[in-house]
Amino acid sequence: MRTIIFRTIAPYLAALMVLFSIFVLLRGHNEPGGGFIGGLIAASSLAIYGIACGVASVRRAIVFHPMAISGFGLFMGAAAGLLGLFYKQPFMTSQWWPIYLFGVEIKLSTPLIFDIGVYLVVVGAIGSIALALEERESD
Amino acid sequence: MTPVAIDSNTLITILAVLAPFFAAAVAPFLTRLMGHNAAWPLAIVPAGIFMHFAGYVPAVAEAQTFVAIRDWAPAYGINLSFYIDGLSTLFALLISGIGTFIILYAGGYMKGHAQQGRFFSFLFLFMGAMLGLVLGNNLITLFVFWELTSITSFLLIGFNHLKERSRRAAVQALVVTGGGGLLLLAGFILIITATGQIEMSALLRDPDVLKDHALYVPIFILILGGAFTKSAQFPFHFWLPNAMEAPTPVSAFLHSATMVKAGVYLLMRMHPLLGGTELWTTVLPLFGGITLLVGTILAVRQTDLKLMLAYTTVASLGLLVMLTGVSSERALEGAVLYLFAHSLFKGALFMVAGTIDHEAGTRDVTKLGGLRKAMPVTFAAACLAALSMSGLPPFIGFIAKEVLYYGTWGAPAAAMALTVTAVVGNALMLVIAAAVALKPFLGEKVKTPKEAHEGPLLLFSGPVVLSVAGLVAALATTATGFYLIGPMLSSLVGEPQEVKLVLIPPYINAPLILSVITIALGVALYTQLDRLRALIKGVLDAIGWGPDKGFDQVIAGLVTLSGAFTRLVQGGKMQTYMLATFVVIAASVLVPGYLGGGWPAMPDFPEYRFYEWSVFLIAVIGLIAVLIAKSRLTAIVSLGIQGFAVALIFMMFAAPDLAFTQLMVETLSVVILALVMTRLNLQPRDRRPWGAALATGVVSIGVGAGLALTLIAITQQPFDLRLSEFFTEYSYSLAFGRNIVNVILVDFRGIDTLGEIAVVCLTGLCVLALIRVRTRPDKEEEPEAGADTPAKKAEAR
Repeated sequence: MRTIIFRTIAPYLAALMVLFSIFVLLRGHNEPGGGFIGGLIAASSLAIYGIACGVASVRRAIVFHPMAISGFGLFMGAAAGLLGLFYKQPFMTSQWWPIYLFGVEIKLSTPLIFDIGVYLVVVGAIGSIALALEERESD
Repeated sequence: MTPVAIDSNTLITILAVLAPFFAAAVAPFLTRLMGHNAAWPLAIVPAGIFMHFAGYVPAVAEAQTFVAIRDWAPAYGINLSFYIDGLSTLFALLISGIGTFIILYAGGYMKGHAQQGRFFSFLFLFMGAMLGLVLGNNLITLFVFWELTSITSFLLIGFNHLKERSRRAAVQALVVTGGGGLLLLAGFILIITATGQIEMSALLRDPDVLKDHALYVPIFILILGGAFTKSAQFPFHFWLPNAMEAPTPVSAFLHSATMVKAGVYLLMRMHPLLGGTELWTTVLPLFGGITLLVGTILAVRQTDLKLMLAYTTVASLGLLVMLTGVSSERALEGAVLYLFAHSLFKGALFMVAGTIDHEAGTRDVTKLGGLRKAMPVTFAAACLAALSMSGLPPFIGFIAKEVLYYGTWGAPAAAMALTVTAVVGNALMLVIAAAVALKPFLGEKVKTPKEAHEGPLLLFSGPVVLSVAGLVAALATTATGFYLIGPMLSSLVGEPQEVKLVLIPPYINAPLILSVITIALGVALYTQLDRLRALIKGVLDAIGWGPDKGFDQVIAGLVTLSGAFTRLVQGGKMQTYMLATFVVIAASVLVPGYLGGGWPAMPDFPEYRFYEWSVFLIAVIGLIAVLIAKSRLTAIVSLGIQGFAVALIFMMFAAPDLAFTQLMVETLSVVILALVMTRLNLQPRDRRPWGAALATGVVSIGVGAGLALTLIAITQQPFDLRLSEFFTEYSYSLAFGRNIVNVILVDFRGIDTLGEIAVVCLTGLCVLALIRVRTRPDKEEEPEAGADTPAKKAEAR
């Protein structure tokens, strides 16, 4: 698997995939996409990078342990639900704070935070499984 | 029945019941500050509770009853409600009164123990539980406190948790009393369903409704199960002597005066509702009588002071059950009197035994003697208590014995058998009382492990007060009868009773003659104590088996059974698990269709376009490739081909989100499966015999066909558009999103998604843990299944 072509392309491919996964995540509310699919794409990018360049460099690149990322995602998801409590509304009631940047309306909202949480959970959980399995290949 | 008044001090009564729990929270800190002297301020709590309930005595003596109610879970009719009548008042007074001295005694007995604060804490927890039990009016309240006494006694018996014997005794007590608790709960639920009443006070207002009810027998058996286990009736008596592993204050409090009487309390409480029937007057005296004899005979065999007392406690409980079972007014009066007397003298004697142990270093009666000069106060208390236990005048024990002989003599049935049982039991109790109170103190001074001397005030205050109380209660005959015994008897009988106690029998009657026989028999047996002990030991050794051994055998049997069952259902073979799972799936989709007889008709195929047909073809080719693949890796990749084709189908039929997810899941499944495959030391080819392959093939086809048929059946149902319309209408207007699938996921059904990502996160953790398992090579198959789960999960979305 470690052909020179694959090894050269893999980092760019992985970077593009991560970028694409974020794009998919953010457009999810109105177009096909969302946190789940985005997370799966990002996890595949980690798997590809790991196969090409070794698990150690993936772990260096993502800084945190993938399971920690997953846990943080779960925390974000729950916290997004809790924000509604500050407005005396039930748990998981969506809150919207649209802002205008360069004349474009950007809808910040708790569903967005929640979706990012989903994304992180999926990346972390699937990514850590894939990495752990790849790691064992080189033992 | 007298009308029930609402307690004017509801709040204080509830606080009084809950006060021990607060004390339990404070005790460790106070003990850290003051050491063992914390016992003095802590004892104020039970003393205060005693004062509170003593305040009800005059009113209760005039046949008034009170109810204190606070809402707890009103939707289920469960209230925190307490019922104050003669029965509960006397019990509450005994618990708080004896409890006061137990706390003091524990201060002296556990002095310097590193965990003394914790010990106080447990004692208070138990005290609160016991108070709640005897006062509980709502059946569920009563049950909750009943269970609390089991749990707290587990903590107390296992207090010396470093000793294996303590742990065994604690677990044994918990298993026996906890099991009985379950029976009791079932019994209570039956009572509630049978009568529609959940408050004891309401049940007692109409006491005859249960006796003729169709559910009477099951209720009777279940309630008896709870009472007999708690009150250590034969054949459940074995846990109580084993519980003597606990420090002595525990034995004195739980296993003499309070907890073990909870069962008797329950029987007495239920007497107006369930008592007096033929079943009641047969079963209770039978078991009570057996327990009385077994308890006293086993007590004689022992040489350990605490164990001797423990077995006589078993015997006394048997006597109480027997008398409650006779059900005549005189017998009940005897039961009430004996219960009161027993709590006083047995509590005192246990504390005496503990003091001897504490000061002399042993409680083996054969190694003790001549302590009367060293411990005069303790000796005096022991004598007073033992005289009461022996049933000699002028002590409350004597009055109790007279009345109970009167009760058995005049019993409606089997009077002779009951009387003989009672006489023999009481004679043996006299033997034990003498052995406990006289043997260690009289005779030649024996060298003991510690140089014995009188214990401190903390240690002797309890035995002295309790044993003197036994004398005072007997001398103040009229007051005792009017204020304590009469009201309690009224609760048992169900209508107001007047009790006139006499200390000196006015003329020679049957009970007096029986008393004389008892004393003569007892003294005669005492002189032959050693020979008697050897005789009983010989007989028991010859039998060699008892319920205590039986308990161990049952537990060992349970462990073996669960081990065998676990090995059966979790053999550790992945193939078996998967096969079982899929067989169940196939059955669950096929059987209902078969039984319902409704296989769906084949739907009409619409006109598919050429490229649609070619995608279907790719999927089929992928499947065929899986089947004919030579190596496993090829099979996995071929399965991927089929998956991608399905993704394309989703795409063509306007489900882009689904297609997208399917594509990613397929990719990841193939990658992960391939990784797992290369790690497993599997042969590259599947070399199972034809038969096995055929079996899995049949199951696979079953699952596939079943799912397909189910899907066809579902699509033939008229499509309910309400949800679709709702989401189409509100997706943008309420949730500002045009992608309905995503809006449902993150907004409308956000909590579902939250649960699902929690599952994904946890699955990741578990899989990681499984991959890391290295020491057990036979576990290596499992990551495959685990790795599949998130992917399968995602597929489901």
